[in-house]
Amino acid sequence: MAGSTLEIKNLHVEIEGNEILKGVDLTINGGEFHAVMGPNGTGKSTLASAIMGHPSFEITEGSVHLDGQDVLEMEVDERARAGLFLAMQYPSEISGVTTSDFLRSSINARREEGDEISLMKFIKEMDGVLDELEIDKNMAQRYLNEGFSGGEKKRNEILQLMLLKPEIAILDEIDSGLDIDALKVVAKGINKMRDEQFGCLIITHYQRLLNYITPDKVHVMMQGRVVKSGGPELAQRLESEGYDWIKQELGLEDENVEQEV
Amino acid sequence: MTVETKLPYDQDYINQFSQDNNEPDWMRDLRLQALEQADSLEMPQPDKTNITKWNFSNFKHDAAKGEKIASLDQLPEDIQDFLDQENKQENLLIQRNHTVAYASLSKDLEEKGVIFTDIFTAISEHEDLVKRYYMKDAVSVDEHRLTALHAALMNGGAFVYVQNVQLEEPLQVIFWQEDPEAAMFNHVLVVADDNSSLTYVENYFSQNHEQETVANIVTEVIANNNAQISFGGVDNFAEGTTTYINRRGVAYRDARIEWALGQMNDGNTVSENVTHLIDENAVSNAKTVSVGRGKQSQNFTSQITHFGKFTEGHILQHGVMRDKARSIFNGIGKIEHGGSGSNAEQESRVLMLSKDARGDANPILLIDEDDVEAGHAASVGRVDPLQLYYLMSRGITQQEAERLVIHGFLEPVVGQLPIESVKAQLRQVIERKVY
Repeated sequence: MAGSTLEIKNLHVEIEGNEILKGVDLTINGGEFHAVMGPNGTGKSTLASAIMGHPSFEITEGSVHLDGQDVLEMEVDERARAGLFLAMQYPSEISGVTTSDFLRSSINARREEGDEISLMKFIKEMDGVLDELEIDKNMAQRYLNEGFSGGEKKRNEILQLMLLKPEIAILDEIDSGLDIDALKVVAKGINKMRDEQFGCLIITHYQRLLNYITPDKVHVMMQGRVVKSGGPELAQRLESEGYDWIKQELGLEDENVEQEV
Repeated sequence: MTVETKLPYDQDYINQFSQDNNEPDWMRDLRLQALEQADSLEMPQPDKTNITKWNFSNFKHDAAKGEKIASLDQLPEDIQDFLDQENKQENLLIQRNHTVAYASLSKDLEEKGVIFTDIFTAISEHEDLVKRYYMKDAVSVDEHRLTALHAALMNGGAFVYVQNVQLEEPLQVIFWQEDPEAAMFNHVLVVADDNSSLTYVENYFSQNHEQETVANIVTEVIANNNAQISFGGVDNFAEGTTTYINRRGVAYRDARIEWALGQMNDGNTVSENVTHLIDENAVSNAKTVSVGRGKQSQNFTSQITHFGKFTEGHILQHGVMRDKARSIFNGIGKIEHGGSGSNAEQESRVLMLSKDARGDANPILLIDEDDVEAGHAASVGRVDPLQLYYLMSRGITQQEAERLVIHGFLEPVVGQLPIESVKAQLRQVIERKVY
């Protein structure tokens, strides 16, 4: 079998008593790139955060499995070590911890004690990816995300993705705040990850990103559910026609749904 | 209310002690007068910390002479940690209990006229200089009972004096309280005369977990016109030592004093770090970190007082509290009348790791002049769960994530320490205190 499989079934998620996800079903296999699109406030980011184990979200029903293992039973760090990765929309700033120290700790967290990556090898790998993502090398010595611009934060997330090489990655609005040149660089990095072993769930508000990263499957989320799935052509239709036709097709009320977190 | 603490040492004892150390008359008289004053002066009253029951009287003033060390390899491992093994520290003083165990100063600095020696040698060999500065411009004998007791019983310390020299290499002193009952009445006097600069780093260290004693330390740091002093300190007295430590700076025209203090004692501690910016354009950055654990109670004051025009003062205090420890963090920015154009900024942050610990940050601004800038930020909080989530989402365990956040929180001061080995040693102490 190629790569891992992330299987989301009937996922219901609440924040502070408000139900945001109302039964999401989605399966991502190694080698596949999926895009989840949808209007603001339909639960796209909630899906990403809930899978990773964000402390503000409560899962009330449903299941998430990675290669048959119950993800929801795992602590956040265990999920990561099992092969999940989330490029966050709003990564935290950690004062006093350099990006480079953090990256090394993250890499070593996946390795056995006594098998830590050597400093030389680490620096070589990090420098390589910094170059690919056209990131200034001094970012490695800056405190993690502290004082980073929006674009720098996004690139830093992709830097981590490329160094940690997870089985399944979720990219939460990685395109927001990036200008077109930066977007191309980031997309190039993500495309480089593409192989049989790697599955990716790309959450985006805009079709723009999908011009550079072609998804195998596109899903539309509305009102806390996946309401339509298709191929890359679905994303193009959404770009040109918006979401109204889907609402009409499905007979959905036009309501302003729950806020995103 | 003050508890009547009978002074454990009398006039005859002090006379004899002064004589044994071949001190000049003025020093003996200063001691005797201080002893008399100690009798009538009140104890200091640190804000919100009751020290009336602390042990300031049970100690042994005259410890056995600490043996000399022929080579640094003979030092126990705990002390080795203070030393840079790769870049051999050429300018080093090790005080074992109350006597000098090791002293070295590079030829180069000696030739430049740098004075770097223990306080007793300084009193005999550089009497005029010591007399000029000793408890004159920074700390006064009669501020309260503990300063007077300090002056009466001073039994160790260091003296640094540079003139017209820019020192690149740091000067390092290790104060090693080897005897678990030996009291440290240390006096450190650091003077950078006009147009000179120096870096000084001191470590205090003891291992008296059971036996009780006292540390009563006064440090005076004088930066004359256009002088620069970078002062690093790591205090690491064990649980049995009750500490009063007063580090005071005085900066004159265009002078600068940078403090980086790791306040890592395990016993009850009152620590004051006050800097007077006397003349125009004087600058001070006072950065401190501390970790409270067990049942210890600590009171930290970081104060910068602006007298001169266009003076600049920045205070940063970061504290981590665990177990049932209690700490008060006073940050005081004071601009006196006449200090126009000055800027007093401060930031105090306390990270609580236990619900039974207590940490209070008291930001205080006292402004007696128009046309100044001043600001403060203070917070007391727990480790941010979103920071932990972010770190853990990369596979880092919760414990390791907390460790990273705490070390990061204390890094602004740790990173500032001018000797790599002292940085590393402070990180070790933090590691030990936090876990």
